[in-house]
Amino acid sequence: MSGSPLMVNETNFEDQVVKAAKPVMVDFWAAWCAPCRMVAPVVEKLAKEFDGRITVAKLNVDENPKVAARYGIRSIPTVIIFKGGKPVDQVVGARLEGEFRSRLNTVLAS
Amino acid sequence: MGARDYDIIIVGGGCAGLAAAIYTSRARLRTLLIEKEVGVGGQIVTTNHVENYPGFPEGITGYDLTQAMRRQAVKYGMETLAAEVSGLVPGEFTKVLRTTAGEHTARAVIIASGAAHQHLGVPGERELAGKGVSYCATCDGPFFREQRVAVVGGGDAAVTEAGFLTHFATKVYLIHRRDQLRAQQINQERVFADPCIEVIWDTLVTAIEGDEEVKALHLHHVKTHEESVLEVAGVFVSIGFRPNSGFLRGVLKLDPNGHIITNEVMETDVPGIFAAGDIRLNSGRQAITAAGDGATAAIMAERYVSALRASRPATLYI
Ligand SMILES: Cc1cc2nc3c(=O)[nH]c(=O)nc-3n(C[C@H](O)[C@H](O)[C@H](O)COP(=O)(O)OP(=O)(O)OC[C@H]3O[C@@H](n4cnc5c(N)ncnc54)[C@H](O)[C@@H]3O)c2cc1C
Repeated sequence: MSGSPLMVNETNFEDQVVKAAKPVMVDFWAAWCAPCRMVAPVVEKLAKEFDGRITVAKLNVDENPKVAARYGIRSIPTVIIFKGGKPVDQVVGARLEGEFRSRLNTVLAS
Repeated sequence: MGARDYDIIIVGGGCAGLAAAIYTSRARLRTLLIEKEVGVGGQIVTTNHVENYPGFPEGITGYDLTQAMRRQAVKYGMETLAAEVSGLVPGEFTKVLRTTAGEHTARAVIIASGAAHQHLGVPGERELAGKGVSYCATCDGPFFREQRVAVVGGGDAAVTEAGFLTHFATKVYLIHRRDQLRAQQINQERVFADPCIEVIWDTLVTAIEGDEEVKALHLHHVKTHEESVLEVAGVFVSIGFRPNSGFLRGVLKLDPNGHIITNEVMETDVPGIFAAGDIRLNSGRQAITAAGDGATAAIMAERYVSALRASRPATLYI
């Protein structure tokens, strides 16, 4: 299982993201969202690359609207990086791999 | 040939660039396609219903259409680079492309950088992007279930977006700065027949209000000069497109709006540099016309490269 994105949902969000010891990057996505399909391979790649240092997770906003609403998601893909249970960085829209990588590295270094 | 030297470099991975790449790769020309966004596909990726691309009578999503084009080009050897082109230096034998991933060179270049949606340029727009300000109803519409939203614009894209949003929103305001729509008749009829859509005529949006999310729009009536406030949870900006040609200023002949001027075989005023798709003046602004332009540009570029090779002794071929 390691090295691939962790699927999170309303039930396990608290344990897997909010109470997580390591930073967690959550990709908020939905099946109907084409730009989400464009970033999906990047998210998978980052999950492998940061394995053991940052948990890379995906949350389906259609199936988990409460979590999406809690974080004010109004556009997807939105990626939020959590540290100590709190959002510390957020990217709205599909971006190149390099941008996510540098933001993850910044969070690791902070 | 060096690692960063190609026969053909294509700038932009929309329908025009991908169609061109299928042709040049299949012609055994070493082809590099440079795309600044994650993945290729261009503007059409944002639509889930392409109903007028020949060959798909049931319709197809923009994503599936362009990813199939990508696979077709990759099959014949197209290489891709995720980078933004910032400059082009034309030379007779070597054209240099400056990119965020270094310089790359080619014998011929096809510019297929397309167009990007225009911004309103009003206070609040940038700050609230992704928090209620959107440029893509099919991407963000489902977040506005049971809420009131506005669409700004009066063309086909705007009215199509307004129609799509009625699937989610309780009320869709279509705000247009004139007293009639520009959209095709069939699309206008749909708007007027839809009880969920209310058109607000002769009106400009002057500001978007909200802290964490969009709360209201500030409006100005262009005839009565009355100011008003409209409470909405979302605003979809659909006021047209501007060509992505900033990096070509001073290099190629552009029209005052920034479209590249070509002849009917996609040649620009600089030999060896071709243009295809929405970036061109008088383009049909459709996926199929972009793909057609791309194919024409590729055929002409292929001829140009063959002629260039024939004119040079092999020893000079670096
Ligand atoms: C919402 C919507 C719905 C549409 N529906 C339809 C439809 O149903 N049927 C239809 O036929 N057409 C439709 N269109 C129009 C169609 O999408 C365009 O005509 C077509 O995409 C044009 O293709 P293109 O390759 O010329 O440009 P684009 O699709 O704009 O592609 C250009 C690409 O170049 C890239 N680029 C730009 N500048 C640079 C740079 N400096 N460096 C590197 N890369 C760069 C861009 O990121 C982009 O990916 C629709 C458009 C929109 C927005």
